[in-house]
Parts: sequence; structure tokens; C-alpha cells
Amino acid sequence: MIPPEIAITVRVNERDYVERVAPRLLLSDFLRHQLGLTGTHVGCEHGVCGACTVLLDGAAVRSCLLLAVQADGARITTVEGLARDGEPLHPVQEAFREMHGLQCGFCTPGVLLSAVELLRDTPHPDDATIRRGLAGNLCRCTGYQNIVRAVRRAAELLDRR
Amino acid sequence: MTTRAIGARIPRNEDPRLLRGLGCFVDDVNPAGVLHGAVLRSPHAHARIVSIDTARARALSGVVLVLTAPDLGEQNQPTPLLIPNPNLTHPRTPRPLARDEVRFVGEPVVFVVARDRYVAEDAVAAIDVTWEPLPAVASIETALADGAPLVHADVPGNRAARMVQRVGDPDGAFASAARVLHEQLFIERSCGSPIEGRGVVAEYDPRAGTLRVWSSTQAPLPIKNGLARLFGLPEFRVDVIAPDVGGGFGTKIMLFYPEEILVPFAAVRLGRPVKWTEDRREHLIAATQERGQRHDVEVAVDADGRILALRDRFLHDAGAYTPYGIVVPIITSTQLPGPYKLRNYAVEFDVVYTNTAMVTPYRGAGRPHGAFVMERVIGLIARELSLEPAEVRRRNFIQPHEFPWDVGLTFQDGGPTRYDSGNYPLGLELVLARLGPGDFRRRQAEARREERYLGLGIGCYVEGTGIGPYEGAHVRIEPSGRVFVATGLTTQGQGHQTTFAQIAADALGCDPADVTVVTGDTRKFNWGAGTFASRALVTSGNAIGIAALKVRDKVLRIAAELLEVSSDDLELAGGVVGVRGMPDTALTLGALATVANPIRYAFGKEAAEAALRLVKPRKGAVLAPGEEPGLEAYGYYAPPHATFASGCHAAIVEVDIATGDVKILRYVVQHDCGTVVNPTVVEGQIHGGVAQGIGGALYERIVYDEQGQPLTTTFMDFLMPTTMEVPEIEIIHTETPSPLNPLGIKGVGEAGAIPVPALIAEAVDDALAPFGVRVREMPLNPGRVLALLAEGRATA
Repeated sequence: MIPPEIAITVRVNERDYVERVAPRLLLSDFLRHQLGLTGTHVGCEHGVCGACTVLLDGAAVRSCLLLAVQADGARITTVEGLARDGEPLHPVQEAFREMHGLQCGFCTPGVLLSAVELLRDTPHPDDATIRRGLAGNLCRCTGYQNIVRAVRRAAELLDRR
Repeated sequence: MTTRAIGARIPRNEDPRLLRGLGCFVDDVNPAGVLHGAVLRSPHAHARIVSIDTARARALSGVVLVLTAPDLGEQNQPTPLLIPNPNLTHPRTPRPLARDEVRFVGEPVVFVVARDRYVAEDAVAAIDVTWEPLPAVASIETALADGAPLVHADVPGNRAARMVQRVGDPDGAFASAARVLHEQLFIERSCGSPIEGRGVVAEYDPRAGTLRVWSSTQAPLPIKNGLARLFGLPEFRVDVIAPDVGGGFGTKIMLFYPEEILVPFAAVRLGRPVKWTEDRREHLIAATQERGQRHDVEVAVDADGRILALRDRFLHDAGAYTPYGIVVPIITSTQLPGPYKLRNYAVEFDVVYTNTAMVTPYRGAGRPHGAFVMERVIGLIARELSLEPAEVRRRNFIQPHEFPWDVGLTFQDGGPTRYDSGNYPLGLELVLARLGPGDFRRRQAEARREERYLGLGIGCYVEGTGIGPYEGAHVRIEPSGRVFVATGLTTQGQGHQTTFAQIAADALGCDPADVTVVTGDTRKFNWGAGTFASRALVTSGNAIGIAALKVRDKVLRIAAELLEVSSDDLELAGGVVGVRGMPDTALTLGALATVANPIRYAFGKEAAEAALRLVKPRKGAVLAPGEEPGLEAYGYYAPPHATFASGCHAAIVEVDIATGDVKILRYVVQHDCGTVVNPTVVEGQIHGGVAQGIGGALYERIVYDEQGQPLTTTFMDFLMPTTMEVPEIEIIHTETPSPLNPLGIKGVGEAGAIPVPALIAEAVDDALAPFGVRVREMPLNPGRVLALLAEGRATA
């Protein structure tokens, strides 16, 4: 017996949505399949890899560990919200491009959002702080070398802004 | 001529799209009305399927299709043996759905299609299977024991293959050697585990009779041709697309995965699109795995530490089936000699079935095992003769003047194991110069007085890369001036949209940013194999270079005709062609592309100007006999045999003897992959490889219990390194171009991962020398380090 859908209101990337969702629908699936925001990726669905990281009311969270109904009333930023259509890349995105901070690009959206949160809270992190801040995002391609460099570079770019 | 595009550190063409979240991975492909699949997998390592009752599943609202083995009919035949070998006497490949018997936990048994994945999983949970569990073998040792249960009833002794290769006269050399040393070495199961798992989407259009499949694969062309054959469709009515692929590492070169047949089958049956996306648990039990060998190695040395002969016998764990043949152990056996002169070498291996996930190549593909064995042997000799391991290496290296060096063995591709070029002693000296070993020994001694344990480890490797059969390319300049490049193999993070563009741009005198590269789409290019064996840049890169040079020739010929000069007087750079020293003669590549396609109807000023030429008097047909329209060409490159890249890595580690933790303090890489097309991309490949190697050396381990139950089914159990475990990696590039291909390229995709377990073992040995520790197994997790310490203390 599948329980009835529940109406939720969320603000995603500065746009309001009123949607009906199944109670068991994961937030990651809601963003990807119901709203079509496929930039949020799912790597493990058990909260370890961090690919599905989004900002929920400003905090980096694993969207695979939340139900869509838990996001009712929340404000969410996904990777698509960092630089919207026609806008130049966000400084964190630009820094990842400059420093070759991505390879296959699958873990990248989650890494970017973790980095945005890190640099908001710690605008001038040293490498140890960067590494601690991103320890919850698995990347299988880069060995993290250029991710760390990119976050360092992003701090510089954000300073200039 | 402006700056060469080859060799430039340019940012990647693919990045803006991926950074904006606009990548298109398989799970992002959503044809209208797409249905979702889920797989019921065996919970037993070995069992007979007594009965399957799907009635409750079928009755669920939203369930559209439930398939068991009989429902697949003819299509449930065993999947092809990809790489047959006469030594593989008992090959066994799986069927898409198990029929009567399952042979590993995770083997597909029922495929369900439903409205969404949630309902599909509900349906899987509602299927009632009656199993008759059978005894299982979960390790090489138990599989080879007398009276062991058989994975396949018709494969005696669980032996799939046995192979022997021999160079020189090892027996004679052993008989007369000053010293003979012996070691037993073991490398655990591991797996590639890309962050994007596998996934397949299929769409069948019954009106057009076309099947389109998106798969997160490293080889769409073989899948396309195989599906056409399996489903009785013409090849030209089947398309397979590998869109953005979120990492492969060899896991996705395996084909056919059962789901690559089940999803298209369901789409054809239903006339509706179907998607299946692997979850992580499925990946860790049902995707292919690797490593997993036990070696008995003996070495004969003279009094100076020169190797006279080496004999290795090893067992290779194949898992439950051998769809990929015996490529992995062949590579281990042929690449084991590494950069050393082994004039007398005997190697034999047995490939053993176990009730575990299938084993196919994973980044390194047998080489990390071989390097582990060879480098452990170097360490053994050093210890025996009280020499620095670096010195033992110096005394055994193949010298720069000795190329081509024939190892004397048949390589994985059936060709010779013939090293084409390299400079191995230089690599070691560069790495040591960076680390300062003399200074290190002093610091190590000081640290020991403070009861801190530092160790230095070195690992050398030679990697056969860029094997055939061949790849091809299509290069076309469009009237916009943009260049289109297509090749058949795929990209899963290597930056091909940039490096391939650099090769085309270098030939065509344009900006790599103006080159669009399409990979892995059979609609765009129909010939080739796939991305594996560190071969993409060697094979497709050279094919693109060949095709682009043909286009360049045509550009120069047409420009010479238009400008009424000799093509020798022309200069092609910055996207324009003109007479050298006469800038006002310059014609853009776009204008020449327009001229080369003489039709009258097109937008734009250049098109109008080109059309005007057609109304002028001319001698004959618009296209002279033999002439083709447009600025385009096809090119193919088939390597004569593998080209051999090489490298030397070294690290300084600190071992905490209280916790067993191994911390890497310095990590230096020297590598030589011939001509470097984009140093930034090459460094990225090495970084990732080293990180994976560190995982294999210290953390990653696939564990099965005695009944064949996998115990590492989440990322909390299968531990991949994070930012906290991978140290800063220092890289030294050396370039010894390959004489085998026009661009001088060697592969680099797997390189980083190969020597890491070997050098971490040497470093830990060195750090714990006061305790008499000798590392024989990988990975070295803290528990194992503590066990080694206890063992060392007990025997001291």
C-alpha cells in the first residue's frame, strides 16, 4: 500500500516550486527526476561519497540522506544555481577550471558545493583546512591534488570579488 | 608558425559544461515515458534455483514487466568470450539471467521493469525464490583444495587456465647461482569503483526498427555490433552512446554486462524506453573486480646482486566466470620483469574459479601485481646482500642504449613484449635527487632515536600501452571555421575533448578551443574498439593526427589554387591560410570549407562569395574526378605492437607502531609517457592513479567470508582514500618519444597506480627494519601492520 503524495514547497536556485511527492522520495531523486536538475549526482546513496551534496538553508547536506518531504519550506542551492544560464562561472567553478580540479566531473557538483560552504565559513583556509573541509567528498579521478589547489585559487578569486 | 598546440597546458574544453552541472551522464538521459528496471540478484555464493514465483511482484501496481531466464529465450545465451586464448581451456561466461544455478552473490536472476525505481525495488522484494544452497569456494586456496566444491560442475579442480612462458635457460641459471632467494606474496581483491556506477538506458522505435542504447561503458562500438547480432537487427539500426562517463578504471570495459542485454531486451519487448542505474551495493557485489593473486617467486643472484634468473608461479582468482579471458594474468606475467634485465625467466600461472564476483582488468590490469612481485624481489636481494635497494636496481636496469629490448614473451595482444624506448636509470636518479636519500638516512636514524619510524620506498615499472587493434577518426572543418573531430572510443575523465583537440589543432593551425571532439557515439563514428589499456591517446590520438594532416593537405591545395601560388608559399596558423609575409591574402579555414563544398544555397557572406565562384566559367565538373566535397578526412592508426611507458616513484612514510597507521610524508613521481600533449592532463592522470594505488596499498580490500558472502558492500567498508589520505604528489616529467607512432606518444592512464603497493611495501619494510618486518601482503591496513610488528618482535 503506497501512501498518498504530500505537497511541499521549496525554493531551489531562487525559484519557487510547489510539488507533490511520495513520502519515501529521496531529496536527490526529487531534484534530479522531478525538477530535472540532473547536475546533482548520486554516487552511493548511503551518505559517504558526497556527490549529491547540495546547500539546504545554506548548509552542505547529502541529498541522498534526506527525504524530499524533509525539505518542505527549505531553500536549496544545487550546482545549477552557482552560475545560472548566461552568467559567468562562479569563482569556485572558475578556479576548478583554471586548476584542472575535475576529470570525469561526476563528483564535481558535490565538491563545488562543499567548497562554497567551506569558503563562506573560512574565507582564507590553509591546505589542512581545505583537506578537512573536503574530506567528505570522494573523488576517484584527481587524487585531490588539483581540487585542493582549486579551492586555494577560489579563495583568491572570491577575495577579488 | 604560432605556438604548437601539442605540449600546451591549456584548460579543458569539457570543463564549463561539467562545472555548470550540464554534463549528461547515463542516469541523466530521460527519454519520454522511460520505465525503470531493478535486478533481483543471488543472495547466495552458490545455489541451485529450485523455483521462482513472481506472482506477487507482477500484481503490484506500476509493475510493467518481470523477466526470468526462460522469458529471454534465445537472447539468454552465454555472453561472448571477449579474448579467447588457447591456454584458457575452460572458459565460462555468464548468461544475462542465471538459469538453474547461481555462482556468486550478486548474479542477476530476475529483471523487473516498473513505473519508477522505487516500485521496481518493491517488486524485487516481492519475488519468492526457492534456493537450494550449494557449497561454495570463496578463495583460491579453498578452490584448489582436494575435493573442493566445483564452481562449474564441468570444470575439474576449478582450473580455468594454465599458462607457462619461458625465456632463456632459467633452470641452468638457478643450478649454478651463488644465491637463491624465495618469497611468497599475496595481493588482495580490489575494484575500480568509479563514483558513477554502471547504467544503461535503451529505447526501441518499432516504426523505424531502431534500437538506441546509452551505456556507461568504455566500449560502445563492440556493444553496438554485439546487440545488433543478438537482436537480429542491422548494425546501422543500432546506436550505442557512452555519454559523459563518471569514471571507468577498467570496470566499464567489461562487456557484455548482463544489464547491457536485459535493458535493451525489455525496451524492445515493451516498445518503451527502459533505464537501469546501478546502486553502490550492486556495484560492489556485481560489477567486476580485480587484483587477487598469490605468487611463489624464486630469484637466482650473483654475489653482486645481479639477477641471473627468476622463476614465478602464481595463482590468479578469476571469480565465477572468465568473460575477459586471461588477459590480467598474462599481463602480470609479461610485465613482471619491469625495467630489469631478466635473461632467464620462467613464469607459470593457474587461473582459478571461485564463487565471487568476476575478475576483469582494473586500472593497472595485472601490472601492480607484477610490479609488487618484482620490486619485492629487489628488496629481498638488497636485504640479503646488505645493499640499498636503489643500488640493486641500478645493477639490473636495462640501459638506455639497449633499446629496443625484447623481453622474449608474448604480450597480451599477441604481439612481442618489446620495449621501444626509455631511460630507466635516469628516472631513478631524478627521483632520488629530489628526495635526497643520504639526508634521509640521517633523518631516519635521528627519528629512530626518538622512536619514530621513517621509511623510504622505491617502485619502478614498465607499462605496455597503446595496444591495437586500431582506432580511427573523422576530422572535418565546417564553414563556421569550427573543427569537428569524432573517434570511436570513449572518455571517462581523461580530457580527450581537449587533448584530441590539441592534436587536430596542431595539424590544422587553429585554436584547440575551436575543435569539438565527439567520443563514444556510434552515430558519429563507426569503427574502433574502446578506451582501455592506456591506449586512447596513442591510437585515437594518432588517427586524429593522420586525418587532420590529410585535411591540412587539402586546405593548402585549395588555398594554393585560389591564391594562384604554390602551397609551399603558404602559411597555416591562427585559423587562417595565406601567402607567407602577405597578411592580406589570408583566407579563413571556414571560407575554405565553404569553397570546398560547392553548393549555392547557404547562409552567410562567405557562402555567397563561394557561390559566386560557381557562376564563373570553369573547365569541367564542379568536383573533379576523384575529388570529394568539403574539408574532411578519415584516418586510422594501428600500432605494430604496444609502446612501453615507464616510471619510478618513491615515497617517505612514517609508521606509527602504536596504531599501525602508515602516513606518507613525501611522494615523488618520475614518469615517461613519450610525447606529452597536455602536461596538466597528464599530471591529473598520474595524481588519480597514485591515489588509487595508495588505496590499493593501504585501504581498499574486497572481503568475502568463507561462504562467499561479500562483507564490503558500502563505502563504509570498502575504504577509498579521501583528501586526508592522499599526500601532495610531486611529479617529474621525462619524455622519450615512442619510435612506433607518428606523434611519439605512450599511454599514461594506468601508470600512476602501478608501482604504489610495491613502494609502500618497501617503505614500510625500511621503516620497520629494526623489528625485522617483511611485507608480503597488500593492502597494509593498520591491523596488518600491527600483526607484522608482533610477528617481527616474536621472531627477533
